[in-house]
Amino acid sequence: MGDEFEPKLVAFLCKWCSSAGSDLAGVSRMEYPSNVVPITVMCSGSVSPLYILDAFNKGADGVLVSGCHPGDCHYIKGNYYARRRIAFVKKLLEYIGLEPQRFQMSWISAAEGTKYTQIIKDFVKELKSLGPQTKLRREQ
Amino acid sequence: MKRTGVFICHCGINIAGTVDVKRVSEELSRYPGVIHSEDYVYVCSDPGQNLIIDAINEKKLDSVVVACCSPTLHETTFRNASKSAGINLFQCEIANIREQCSWVHKDIEKATEKAIKITKSAVKRVRRNESLDPISIPVTRRALVIGGGIAGIQAALDLANSGFEVILVERSPSIGGHMIQLSETFPTLDCSQCILTPKMVEVSKHPQIKLLTYSEVQEVSGYVGNFKVKILKHPTYVYPDKCTLCDECTKVCPVVVPNEFDIGLTGRRAIYIPFPQAIPATYTLDIKGCPGLLPIACGKCADVCEPEAIDYDMKPEIVEEDVGAIIVATGYDLYDKKMMAEYGYGKYSDVLDGLQFERLCSASGPTMGKILRPSDHKEPKEVVFIQCVGSRDPELHCAYCSKICCMYTAKHAMLYKHHVPDGQAYIFYIDIRSGGKGYEEFVQRAVEEDGVLYLRGKVSKIFDDKGKIKVWGVDTLIGKDIEINADMVVLATAMRPSRGAEELAKKLKIAMDKDGFLSEAHPKLRPVESVTSGLFLAGAAQAPKDIPEAVAQASGAAAKAISILSQDRLYHAPTVAKVEMNLCTGCGMCVHVCPYDALSLKEGKVEVNEVLCEGCGTCSATCLRAAIKVINLTPLQIHEMIRASLGG
Repeated sequence: MGDEFEPKLVAFLCKWCSSAGSDLAGVSRMEYPSNVVPITVMCSGSVSPLYILDAFNKGADGVLVSGCHPGDCHYIKGNYYARRRIAFVKKLLEYIGLEPQRFQMSWISAAEGTKYTQIIKDFVKELKSLGPQTKLRREQ
Repeated sequence: MKRTGVFICHCGINIAGTVDVKRVSEELSRYPGVIHSEDYVYVCSDPGQNLIIDAINEKKLDSVVVACCSPTLHETTFRNASKSAGINLFQCEIANIREQCSWVHKDIEKATEKAIKITKSAVKRVRRNESLDPISIPVTRRALVIGGGIAGIQAALDLANSGFEVILVERSPSIGGHMIQLSETFPTLDCSQCILTPKMVEVSKHPQIKLLTYSEVQEVSGYVGNFKVKILKHPTYVYPDKCTLCDECTKVCPVVVPNEFDIGLTGRRAIYIPFPQAIPATYTLDIKGCPGLLPIACGKCADVCEPEAIDYDMKPEIVEEDVGAIIVATGYDLYDKKMMAEYGYGKYSDVLDGLQFERLCSASGPTMGKILRPSDHKEPKEVVFIQCVGSRDPELHCAYCSKICCMYTAKHAMLYKHHVPDGQAYIFYIDIRSGGKGYEEFVQRAVEEDGVLYLRGKVSKIFDDKGKIKVWGVDTLIGKDIEINADMVVLATAMRPSRGAEELAKKLKIAMDKDGFLSEAHPKLRPVESVTSGLFLAGAAQAPKDIPEAVAQASGAAAKAISILSQDRLYHAPTVAKVEMNLCTGCGMCVHVCPYDALSLKEGKVEVNEVLCEGCGTCSATCLRAAIKVINLTPLQIHEMIRASLGG
């Protein structure tokens, strides 16, 4: 199984909830696949659709955006904007023929290390079954 | 290009056990812009910090990346170390390779690869970081305390006794909160009013406290150190300085409405004083009950008022105050009785909630401290107390534990036995949670000295049976159904955030948890702060808690507020939004999405109020022309971080 496809996953985590949640997963020594590389941003509301497309362009097989639970945003309502924007990105991806499952959004609080772990596990599993993302990849 | 130094921490074996730190160091040393790269066993130790300082000096580094634990832990340590070597605080970034890498993976090869990506990503970020200085702002040395219960009273007194002016706002006509309604307090059985009223008097006499009762916070703007608050003061139609408390007005008032202070066990007039020791000591005309303010409709109270203290023309008043810090102590309400239909609450008058039972026990209560059934004024001989009513019930009600009910139910049963020595008290419970100084001993005293019968199980149904209240329950320890013909039932209903707390939280921009309690900034290390700086939490508004905890948190919140008010100037993170003037078209989309109203349009371009901006970046993601960005986390930096994260 040495040459099994290892998907590349970029996770945009908001600093206050999701990044803290993934820190908690670490503190609790939960294990999940190392395919994910986190990028901590201030708020899920700051994740521009361009970041998501850029990640796919640069070879990501999947992109996760994770913020605080609705109503619990550190910046009051940033995650609502994220949710709206992300729904739009999903539609866009579908329109251009990319499997919409390659792009996911989740709500992970600072106390939800377990949830973060599970989401990454499930996402990586899904990406493995989807295979490499080639549609938007720009050869580098 | 910048000259970056990279330091990889082993953290003993916490990182080095899973990540090949030597390899990370080697890979990074070949990365563009990296002048220096080394690993060390504990970079956070003094010798470790000296490595950073020495490398900055020797190799003329202008930026630093430390690959170590989460930035929430040592970012400040390493930024200060870098600063001491003469480079700007914002030229130091952290790559989290412990919590987000070594601790969550086992495969050394894969974890090392990932650690390299994370570290490279941080190098990419720091390469475009700007050197910044914190933004300095002045401080208004006054505080606002919202809520006049025990937590608010304590916070106001602590602030005032430290020499700061305090505005204490309370919604009801008197301060005192729920604590003033209580009969005795556990575990000492101190008379609640006796220990609270001295504090209330101190508030009323304190030269540094401005008390605004019958008032509500209407609008809050500004930021830490400089809040502007609008407070709506409802008219009481009575001038406190003229009122002599003669009580003639209540004798002529024709209107009787349920008395909130006795939770409906008694009635009061439309013009009333909530309780004899009310602060401020004056009457209030409740306009909702009053037949009309036109003297032609009634006007009896004004007719009999000799000092002419009653004025039907009194108008609502808006009070504007500037404060530097705000403490929110809005307290709790009991869970809505309509939700507890299976327990007959609201249907049978002898099914009471905990606060009503407090009033029955209270020497100042409707029965002058005699425990009598509301229905027929007879002494109840068998009383069933039910714990966890609405609490610990995630399917139907509140998932959380209301924390104080185990203790106050033990107290209720004990007080009942002290009033009715030949009666029997039963307590249905799920668990008894009596953590606290003297608490477990108190529960034992209830069982051993007062013969309270604890039954482990839930009650399924309560119904009227020929004048008795039949209680069907189960004792799970003996595995049998229990049937009790009770004379009175007392429900330990769940604590909920006080009504209106949600609305207020929105005005203050304080986050709430899933149950509606106000969220603290960190559950362990910042328990009295909200995430918005300058706003602090005290008492049951944050979570269910008993009096000692509410008082401790209030003093903690006051101390935190003082740490702001005692400063000459405050400093604000300079990583705020910045507008590229030549790209901005003044479309205003960012202005609409800004959660802090920090953006405004000025002469066709967007202007950032740097003090209000918290740097969330929502504006940046909204702008179609990339004309607005957050300093040090710009789209360009993120694009480069994405490349590094994917192995580029």
